[in-house]
Formats: sequence, C-alpha cells, structure tokens
Amino acid sequence: MKKLALILCVFAGGILLINAHYLPMWGDPESPASAHLSPFFIENAYAHTNAPNMVAVVLADYRSYDTMFEAAVVLAAGLACFFLLRSRGKGRKGGPHYYRHIPTGATIRIDEKGKLPREDSKAFRPIDALWTPYDPIIRTTCRCLIPFLQIYSLYVLAHGHYSPGGGFQAGVVLGATIILLAISHNLKTSIQRMSERTAALWSIIGVAIFAGTGLICLLLGMDYLNYEILAPFLLSDAVMARSHSILIVEIGVTMAVMAVMVWIYYNLSSAGQQDEGL
Amino acid sequence: MITLDIIVFTLIIFCAIGALTVKDLMAAAIVTSAYSFLICLLLAVMGAVDVAFTEATVGAGVSTVFFVATVFQTTRRTKD
Repeated sequence: MKKLALILCVFAGGILLINAHYLPMWGDPESPASAHLSPFFIENAYAHTNAPNMVAVVLADYRSYDTMFEAAVVLAAGLACFFLLRSRGKGRKGGPHYYRHIPTGATIRIDEKGKLPREDSKAFRPIDALWTPYDPIIRTTCRCLIPFLQIYSLYVLAHGHYSPGGGFQAGVVLGATIILLAISHNLKTSIQRMSERTAALWSIIGVAIFAGTGLICLLLGMDYLNYEILAPFLLSDAVMARSHSILIVEIGVTMAVMAVMVWIYYNLSSAGQQDEGL
Repeated sequence: MITLDIIVFTLIIFCAIGALTVKDLMAAAIVTSAYSFLICLLLAVMGAVDVAFTEATVGAGVSTVFFVATVFQTTRRTKD
C-alpha cells in the first residue's frame, strides 16, 4: 500500500511539474488575473469603501460570501471536534486522582475506588496527574505576556482597514492567549476564565453577527451582504457604511475563530474529558 | 547570486522531507511548525503580507499546539 501511495504521489507530482510552465510568471502584468480583476480592485477599492488595505476590502466586502462560509467552516470544525472527542462522563476515568488541600498546601492522592471531594469544594482543588512543580518564571512571564497579546490582537482587528491583519488573525492570536494560559497554568484555570459553554456560544454568536449583517441588508431590500443600505443605521454615507460594516463582520469573524480555537484545544488536549490538559 | 527565496525554498524542501521521515511524532510536529514559518517567510518575501500573517498565526502557531496536544494524548512514536 505504501508503494502504491509513493507511485501515485510521484506520478501526480510529476504531472504538476511538467505542466508548471503553463502558469503565468510571478508578477506578470499580462497574466489573466492581473489583466482584468486586479485593476478593478486597485481602481475602485478605495473609492468604494475608504479603506486603504485592499485585502481587507476584498475579503470582507467584494468576496464576503467566501469569508462568511470560511467562518462557518471554522465553526463546523469546532463542532466536529466536539462531537468526535467530547465524552459525557465527568472527569478522568480510572487511575489515581490528585488533590491539593488549599489551607495546608498538602497534595493528596486518592486511589481508583476512593471517595473524591465534591466538585465545588473550597478546601480541595484537583491537580494534574502529571503535576509539575510551581514554576514562577513561566507563570509570571505568561501572565505579563497575555494582556499585551490580547491588546495586540484587538489592534490587529481594529487596524485591519489600514494594515495587514483582520478578523482571522486577530481571532487566532486572541484564542492563543487563552491556550497559553492553559499551557502555563493548567486546563482548569483556563476553563474557569472561559468555559466550554462560553466558547460554544461565542463561536455561534460570531457567525451569527456575520450572517445577520447580511440578512439585515436582505430584509431592507438590498442584495445579501450589500452593506450600502445600512448607511442610515451607521449614521454615515454609503461609502463609510461599507467601511464600518467591514469592521462589524470582522468582529464576528474574530469572535468565532477565537472561541473555536479555544474549544478545539480544550477537547484535543484533554481527550474530551476537560479534566487535565497537556 | 543566490536570492533569499531560493535559500528559503531549499530549507522548506528539507523541512518537508524531514517531517515525513522522522519517527518521533513530536519532532515531526516541530519540523512542520518550522516548515510553516518558512512558508510564511516566503510569502512575506513575495509581498503577500496578509497571507504571511495568517500562515504565521494559524500554521506556525495554533496548529503546532494542536499537533503537540494530539501527540500527548496518543502515541509518541509512529508505527510505520
């Protein structure tokens, strides 16, 4: 089977390489994409939306159907991970459990058949089986880093009209901060800050913001995702309405992507138990 | 004269072969991360900064974490 796969790979790769010279050269002004489509965007993008970053305009305005369904695909990936991995049983099955007695700081080990403390117990806190000692350097570094990363991601989102960036990148950086918290502390700490329910709700709300903006345009009598009709609600003219609407849908994308990244990480790192992380 | 993109492209091919041949899955995840970062560098050289940014965050950042988490929950060494 591996031989067959190798032969198929070499065959398909060879066909691609042989036909590679039909592709236009990089940056060729005569290529079809540069001849018809790009000049239209270059000439009209700023006039239509007042946003200097053409990539953001193409992503969230001219081709917003594409971006909306990308966000929907990200949500579907989160749902697929949830349905495949999440087990309904509470906590880790089998093996000893470790708890920290908070007033004294002692670590206790409860064997498989032992009686566990209550879930909402104030005196006992569950800790990971592969428990690593408290490391002040890693924890303090991450605690200092996380707020700056979050502000940076909001900057990437808000500055998407002017510089590279936008909803997807901001969402991934924002989600990465929660994942960093889970790695540097432990999974329970991270779940306390952002529970799985919150992550699921945020991802659905994010996609709903994007789709809802399009639906409002449709209800007001324009095409789906044609933002110009929203001008009276955004207190601006048609051009600025498109500019503002790009920001609105990017916020939706950011929420969806951030929540889905956190959600997938919770399920992957704990094998669906949401008990212990990495 | 050897330009930057040729050097980066050579490194990408080495990374791709390395990720396929190495037996330790954790090492494979790290090499895939390096591969993503080099792709990001190549896109930045070509002027597609938006795509490079996405590749850096998604490809080299979050997907590496997902790979590492998966390796921790499954098996460290590949069977084939």
